Amino acid sequence: MAHAHESNLKRIWVVFGILSVITIVEVILGIYKPDVLHLTSFLGTSPLNWIFIILTLVKAYYITWAFMHMEGEKKWFRRAVVWTAVFLISYLVTFLLIEGGYLYTTLAPLVKW
Amino acid sequence: MEAKIAIPSNKKETWSGGGVKPFGASYGKMMMWFFIVSDALTFSAFLAAYGLTRFKFIDSWPIADEVFTHIPFFHGNFPMIYVAFMTFVLIASSVTMVLAVDAGHHMNKKKVTIYMFLTIIGGLIFVGSQAWEWKTFIKGSYGAVRTTDGKILQFVKDGHQIALSDFVVGERTDAREQHTRLNGLWFEKEETISTYSIDQVISAYNADPTIQIKSELINADKKSKVILSREAGSAALAKTKMIVEGANLKVNEYGNTIFADFFFFITGFHGFHVLSGIIINIIIFFNVILGTYERRGHYEMVEKVGLYWHFVDLVWVFVFTFFYLV
Repeated sequence: MAHAHESNLKRIWVVFGILSVITIVEVILGIYKPDVLHLTSFLGTSPLNWIFIILTLVKAYYITWAFMHMEGEKKWFRRAVVWTAVFLISYLVTFLLIEGGYLYTTLAPLVKW
Repeated sequence: MEAKIAIPSNKKETWSGGGVKPFGASYGKMMMWFFIVSDALTFSAFLAAYGLTRFKFIDSWPIADEVFTHIPFFHGNFPMIYVAFMTFVLIASSVTMVLAVDAGHHMNKKKVTIYMFLTIIGGLIFVGSQAWEWKTFIKGSYGAVRTTDGKILQFVKDGHQIALSDFVVGERTDAREQHTRLNGLWFEKEETISTYSIDQVISAYNADPTIQIKSELINADKKSKVILSREAGSAALAKTKMIVEGANLKVNEYGNTIFADFFFFITGFHGFHVLSGIIINIIIFFNVILGTYERRGHYEMVEKVGLYWHFVDLVWVFVFTFFYLV
């Protein structure tokens, strides 16, 4: 292990700070839901949802890179894990969400409110 | 004797896959990563299925802020707070885990022990919180009615949702009793019957002109549920088939049945991961105390279980976003 004797304490606490701040921002936005972000639409959903999704991905990056120590692994091992997962998940999510939208346009007119 | 203290004696190192380390990662660590990839795909399949279903019912999906509003020991409406607390607990236990791994690199047995212990405590708090969240969700807080066409109608007063017990007066009036094995057929029992009868709820609605009905339909401009007029509400209420209190897999007072199904399934599957993580952490914790890794010469086991524990945290970050925020 290349990192065997160096201490990462400072980095750990910095990442903890970043994750906490992001969570707090998410919660505040989730409670107040400013109309200008919540009730408008941008690329298919509200800007607020995009903010949540991007902040989530940022958190995921820090957890994987710093806590799971992906940054310390060999480049191609990292890519074997991350690229595989990212590709398959994007594929799955894209097609399932498109299908969900299609089901809505097909079935919603049949529902009487 | 050697087998008991887990020191490779014949230089073959079966459990680390021999001396060769592709990508500089040990056998165990690499397999943990590959397991995590496959588990990540399982969780994304669940969340993507949730997304598909939500898109399918995009005009009537329950609004999370109206479903998860409680915190323990306090009355009132506090959306997000409790689940934010849970998220914070899990992140904190991730930090203590990574501190344990770091202490392991320095062969500091005492610190590893302390941090592993704190990690286990964090995990227990999280699972306990999730159990409470489930209990609250299953019990329900307001009660609603379900119509013959499967729609949920909730009751509001001055724009705020009110519970059935807030406007229906007195006990159940139709003398209907719970059928148990003791008072009826011994080989059959009935699901819990509602606190009030349908007629009672309808007449209470008719008696109080300030009460309105909230439908499942979402007003796309305001992203809030449509509140029906008194007349429309009366017409909708006439189609009542059953009173719904709380949530189960067949029906729930929050709206779409499948919303509760996904809630139970996804948070349950995640909670099960947390639980198994705690158990593995406890095993590793005792190994640390017994000095197994001290004798082995490295604390890589702590690192491996740490990977799993961080993964559980990682999944929760996504569950948090897609169940509670988006």
